[in-house]
Amino acid sequence: MSEHVLLQMKNIHKSFPGVKALQAVDFELRAGEVHALLGENGAGKSTLIKVLGGIYIAEEGEIYIEGQKVNIDSVNASHDNGIAIIHQELVLVPHMTVAENIFLGREPGGRFVNHDKMEKDAQELLDAYGLGFTSDTLIKDLTIAQQQMVEIIKAISFNSRILVMDEPTSSISDKEVSFLFETMRTLTAKGVGIIYISHKMSELEQICDRVTVMRDGTYVGTEVVAETNKDKLIAMMVGRELTNYYTRDFLDKETEVVLKCDNIADGKMAKGATFEVHKGEIVGFAGLVGAGRSETMKAIFGLTPGATGEIWVNGTKVNIKTPVDAMKYGIALVPEDRKLEGLYKVQSVRFNSTIEVLKDFMKGIRVDADKEEEITQKYIDMMATKTPSQEQVIGNLSGGNQQKVMIGRWLATSPEILILDEPTRGVDVGAKAEIYAIMNELAKQGMAIIMISSELPEILNMSDRIYVMCDGKLTGCFSHDEGVTQEKIMKLAAK
Amino acid sequence: MSRFQKNVKQYFKENLGILVALAAICIFLAVFPKTSGIFLSQKNIFNVLRQIAPNVFLSCGMVMVIILGGIDLSVGMVIALSGCFAAGCVSRYGLPIPAAFLIGILIGVAVGAFNGIWIAKTTIPPFIVTLASMNISKGLAQVYTGGSPVRVVNDEWQFLGAGYVGPVPVPVILMAIVLIITAIIMNKTKLGRHIYAVGGNAQAATFSGINSGKVKFLVHTYSGLMAGLAGVVWASRMYSGQPTAGEGAEMDAIAAVVVGGTSMAGGSGKIGGMIIGAIIIGVLNNGLNLMNVNTSWQYCIKGIVILLAVFTDYIRNRKG
Repeated sequence: MSEHVLLQMKNIHKSFPGVKALQAVDFELRAGEVHALLGENGAGKSTLIKVLGGIYIAEEGEIYIEGQKVNIDSVNASHDNGIAIIHQELVLVPHMTVAENIFLGREPGGRFVNHDKMEKDAQELLDAYGLGFTSDTLIKDLTIAQQQMVEIIKAISFNSRILVMDEPTSSISDKEVSFLFETMRTLTAKGVGIIYISHKMSELEQICDRVTVMRDGTYVGTEVVAETNKDKLIAMMVGRELTNYYTRDFLDKETEVVLKCDNIADGKMAKGATFEVHKGEIVGFAGLVGAGRSETMKAIFGLTPGATGEIWVNGTKVNIKTPVDAMKYGIALVPEDRKLEGLYKVQSVRFNSTIEVLKDFMKGIRVDADKEEEITQKYIDMMATKTPSQEQVIGNLSGGNQQKVMIGRWLATSPEILILDEPTRGVDVGAKAEIYAIMNELAKQGMAIIMISSELPEILNMSDRIYVMCDGKLTGCFSHDEGVTQEKIMKLAAK
Repeated sequence: MSRFQKNVKQYFKENLGILVALAAICIFLAVFPKTSGIFLSQKNIFNVLRQIAPNVFLSCGMVMVIILGGIDLSVGMVIALSGCFAAGCVSRYGLPIPAAFLIGILIGVAVGAFNGIWIAKTTIPPFIVTLASMNISKGLAQVYTGGSPVRVVNDEWQFLGAGYVGPVPVPVILMAIVLIITAIIMNKTKLGRHIYAVGGNAQAATFSGINSGKVKFLVHTYSGLMAGLAGVVWASRMYSGQPTAGEGAEMDAIAAVVVGGTSMAGGSGKIGGMIIGAIIIGVLNNGLNLMNVNTSWQYCIKGIVILLAVFTDYIRNRKG
């Protein structure tokens, strides 16, 4: 990292109706450094990045690039200033080819597109980074991880000096993460400055030089990664010391088996897992993305037509063909992808809280509004969901609060067996700790909890027992007290 | 394999279902006793092509609008509006015929631009905007004509809709030109790329610096242009501007587009498929007429064919 300052953002202000998203935020990026931007969801990181990318325009404040004051008032102005952004959500066009996506908005040629040149140039880029697919492949035919790589290649292809990555590792496997980090090091060696947004503390130590922390739309401070520690950063993020990040009173006695699954398969990703879950137990499912964990749980929950295998609930063999069957036997599943599989984004917190249990408080053909309000409030209180009101549109809440509503929705069904698929993905640190505490409480009350997670620290700190999956099958089982480590799990998770 | 060969192979692969359907209908009509002598005659083939021309014009605009993720319901009534005004220009104001045709087409462009402005500048759904402009167009056509056709008694007037260049009907030539232009826009230009991008993932398009409002405006204006063209060709063939012409024509255009494999969800679709879609509907109309099937049954049969064509596509996609 040199002392050469590439980018300076000074006193940036940006507000939306009713919200001050950014207040007097400062940021500095030097050539050749990876600079982490840290903060809880809603801290203003993405807004700051969108100001830099020309998607939002700041009301106040200045941006300097290489000491020159610049005016970034459009996406193109941002590109012209050598800034490229890899957004958190994949922003690729599914029915277009890799080449078309890479050069979208700046196709070679005049009014007519020079198609051959575009494919050739794109292919060179793909080859240069050793990606094993061709530039005429349609985006929709790629895996999520491959799509992520296309996003990265696209950003790199601008020959930008300033590269922003907004949670690039949230949906890719470890192998691809190390590839990504390698690519980042190649770029920084050339003098590119990278702004790196991530929730994963471990990545900070691996790849970042400095870190700037934001909270509630304000600038908190900048630290050199090598000279700080995780606790200090978390304290900066949440504004207080988090005394116990993980809360777990491990089960200390043998309890009866609540759920027993034998040879669960769906003909695709799930290839015959056999396992059991005890009363009051949290069982972690570890594995790589694509290991078939979610698919196995979906099969159990009756979401996969034609799934095979036998399921016993409390010692009775059950036949689950639909989610309604599963709910009848006291099983609840909080899905992995909130946005796609869970939220009714434009509806209220109340609507989202009660949709699964409406049938319990119908007055004739009408919904009993008082009862609905009561139930909603019960779970807002229980989950400590931060929402201005029950009428609040859920899409406007932070990821953590959305997830709390989702978990509350399923708790309202009074399940005996709760399946949580990536319960803390995209959830900020403070809300994470709260979700862990609630899981612990529920387990103590006797609920059997299955937690799928790709974050090994979470698995290790919360699970009474850990199952490891690889390629649709179980490859190992650990108890929390037998000295299990990340390395042991990874050995079983990788082929 | 050259790019051309690759494209041809791809074309047959993508459109296999509807090509087989079209071939089946044609073979049936070629051997069915009542139609066998007539169906494949040069005269009838040109006849079919001439009849489908207005629908192909509309479809060329509609396919862009649908790929963009929208819909244009106004095009049917624009046929009436532009046809009536063009006819009125000649019979009421004595304008030269080419000028009248041009004015008719420009009326289509104006309605399209009107749609485009609303759709680009607001988030009102295209369905609603074009539903409104459909009603406005219909109303204006009736106000202008008082509800009865505006006749034009002039041989020159018929050239566009009923004339010939050599053995080829003029609408067929126009159709070929329009198809080529539309195919070039969609496949070769930046605008075409951007239409697919905005329809496929509007957010991605914005992040790539594409002005999606401009794309929406241009596409709807183009759709209006096509409707205006269809209007004057239609009026030319009918010797008159008719306030009821084109009623429901937007539905035939939508049918041609979806039978041709374009997704109503936007983001994907091809002109090549749309042409086959339009031909299937045209051949079906022609064949059923030749067989003297009454019009009420024709609607039923058309409906079933549309559903079957899209269903085969669904089956194929599900497997793939």
